[in-house]
Amino acid sequence: MMKFSRRSTLLGLTAVAAGPMSLALAAAPGDKRFVVVILRGAMDGMAAVVPHGDPGFAALRGAPPEGLLDLGGFYGLHPALAGLHELYKSGELLPVHAVAGPYRVRSHFEAQDFLESGADHRMTSGWLNRTVAAIGGQALAVGVSVPLLLRGPSQVANWAPHGMAEPAPDLYSAIAALNQGDRVIGPAIAAGLKERGFSARALMGQTEETNRNAFPALATSAGAMLAAPDGPRIAAMELGGWDTHTAQATRLTGPLKQLDAGMVALKTALGPAWKQTAVLVMTEFGRTARLNGTGGTDHGTAGVAFVLGGAVKGGRVLADWPGIGAGKLFEDRDLAPTTDLRAVAKGLLTAHLGLGAGALEQVFPGSARISAAEGLVG
Amino acid sequence: MDTRSIHALVRFGLGRRGDEPLPTDPNAWLLGQLRASDPPRIEPVPTAASGLAALRDDRANKPEPGKSKARGLFVAQAAGELGHALTTAAPFRERLVWFWTNHFTVSLRRGECTGVACAFIEEAIRPHVTGRFSDMLLAVMRHPAMLLYLDNARSVGPNSPAAQNGKRGLNENLARECLELHTVSPAAGYTQADVTALARILTGWSIELQNEPPGFVFRPRAHEPGEQRFMGKTVPPGEEGGIAALQFLANHPATHRFLATKLVRHFVADDPASADISRIEAALRDTKGDLGAAATALVGLESAWQPGTKLRTPREFVIAAIRALDPPEDRRPITLGLLGALGEPFMSAPAPNGWPAKAADWAAPEAMIRRIDWANGFAGRLGARDPVEIADIALGPLLRAATLDAMRRAGSRRDAFTLMLTSAEFQRR
Repeated sequence: MMKFSRRSTLLGLTAVAAGPMSLALAAAPGDKRFVVVILRGAMDGMAAVVPHGDPGFAALRGAPPEGLLDLGGFYGLHPALAGLHELYKSGELLPVHAVAGPYRVRSHFEAQDFLESGADHRMTSGWLNRTVAAIGGQALAVGVSVPLLLRGPSQVANWAPHGMAEPAPDLYSAIAALNQGDRVIGPAIAAGLKERGFSARALMGQTEETNRNAFPALATSAGAMLAAPDGPRIAAMELGGWDTHTAQATRLTGPLKQLDAGMVALKTALGPAWKQTAVLVMTEFGRTARLNGTGGTDHGTAGVAFVLGGAVKGGRVLADWPGIGAGKLFEDRDLAPTTDLRAVAKGLLTAHLGLGAGALEQVFPGSARISAAEGLVG
Repeated sequence: MDTRSIHALVRFGLGRRGDEPLPTDPNAWLLGQLRASDPPRIEPVPTAASGLAALRDDRANKPEPGKSKARGLFVAQAAGELGHALTTAAPFRERLVWFWTNHFTVSLRRGECTGVACAFIEEAIRPHVTGRFSDMLLAVMRHPAMLLYLDNARSVGPNSPAAQNGKRGLNENLARECLELHTVSPAAGYTQADVTALARILTGWSIELQNEPPGFVFRPRAHEPGEQRFMGKTVPPGEEGGIAALQFLANHPATHRFLATKLVRHFVADDPASADISRIEAALRDTKGDLGAAATALVGLESAWQPGTKLRTPREFVIAAIRALDPPEDRRPITLGLLGALGEPFMSAPAPNGWPAKAADWAAPEAMIRRIDWANGFAGRLGARDPVEIADIALGPLLRAATLDAMRRAGSRRDAFTLMLTSAEFQRR
């Protein structure tokens, strides 16, 4: 029977927890910064942006939580989102309510694929990758996996922090040459080597203490790279922990705080470039309007997206509010969708990144009837 | 050396261990593993009872993060599982254990599962990998790890006595994933009403920490009273109703199709041929879900003997590398942290659909560079052995002339071993 080194096994455990996030980047022409944050697991929109002014609210959720942060009377922001509330007050946060993607499924995995595909069916590429391709940029993924959002025609290069000893450059070259004929391994090694060079330089000078809180640290890295004069212009991050089937009041606070601190960290790291930044925070679907039997919520339909950044015209809530009283819920269980998430994304891609109207059809195929939301930035 | 002999170890097993003898009849060697019982394992074998007792103690004592009893159990048991993979003489069985464990994912992302995660492998999966799927499904759905992971332990029928205080009610998480991920899949066309009905049927399937030993209990007071209409059938109330519903799902044609697709995708090709899927599907249908028959049918697929179509996952890669170079016990560098750094932390998949099966999901550029870095570090620990000889033993006819040439021209033994381990023919299976 074999033995394991106690020391190495214990040391190793510290790395196991570093899983639920990733960062992907892309180069693009111009000075505008665009960041997409995917909240995997389905954030409960009615808990993040609480519609306590609706007369139907109490029957579904009871009394609104204490300490809500006011968003103009009808809505209140969850108390864990104090940083976002500051952005709201300075006109840099635009919550979008009763929003949903173009699909009506309640499976996380299907819905995330559709959300990232930008369509009501699964595609082999993501809408952000197609955007990058259309505006002449190049995608760059950070972390050990590339999200579907950034897979596609714009070839993805990749980088992540690591703690392993590196072999000499000529051994890397020999390995790359030996395996270049493998259609999967060959391009991956070539891209990985290329990107380590660039990204390591861009991150120099950062301190380790930023790693105490993982998502804010990731956001700081993203912000530092986006702020660099020759750095990438587009980033995609993801944060998990939103699938609150039980004890939601307790479980939701942690992810919300991470999100809040992450967005504040992103703004700080971007510095002056924040003025040219728009961020879209989105999730695969909302959750049931009623609490379930275990103090949680199950998979639903419409929810909340956040648009934020120095370039954003915020300080208001964007919603065609469908109501949540008797007879108004979708399938008598979920907040009804009244805004298509693609309208929000299109509004940002056209007005902020200058994506042409013709390219929109490639980025969001089959969505001609969904017009871009106007006045999100500027 | 016969290509089929080494391929049998690579495709269906965990790679050749050192210079272990190659099977003269690869088919017989594989099928023999399906007939034999499991080889002896590290003692003590993990149990749900000990894991739940640890969870109970942790809840009472509230230890600091990382110092819980459940964590200690998991670390020791995970070392046992990984160590078993390094040395087992029945690697096809072990791969089946890994496959089914991933099919029925439980994850440490839900902290309560920590102490029972390895027990889940040993109690719900391993005894059934060549048995009936319906038996495995039942063992999984009654296992404390799954009941905790997908919240069923706390689910209460809305009209049950336990719900009358208004504090608790239905949770449909387990029911939904059972349909979507474990059995019929969305192809069966079930509805939200079926999800809710199955959730009600499974109310009362719970755990009791205060029992000695702690474990599964059926709670009649939490069970939803009355019959349920579920996928066109009427299911009676009671624990028996849940067992009947799971039997129905286990033997559903859509389940056979779904399992067949996943098996062929895992073992044979990222994009399986429909004729291959149909062969496995037929084996499951004709034997009422005999997983040993399905595994036998996999071995019988002609396409399964086409080398190198699949990319090893990080865990498969590390285990195969250590088996190939077969260092002494104290120099086998497998740790939980390593698997995390390479992107596949042990028993910690991000979501209930488990780890992905396709090469593209594992071939992110940084992930590939990390494999190189790890291989180079590992190769640096090996003594004065002949890399070319070892590459020939490990890969035989699969070894490309170009790799052999690059190894011969390498500046050091370490570099030569790194070239071997990172070569496409070693990273594929």
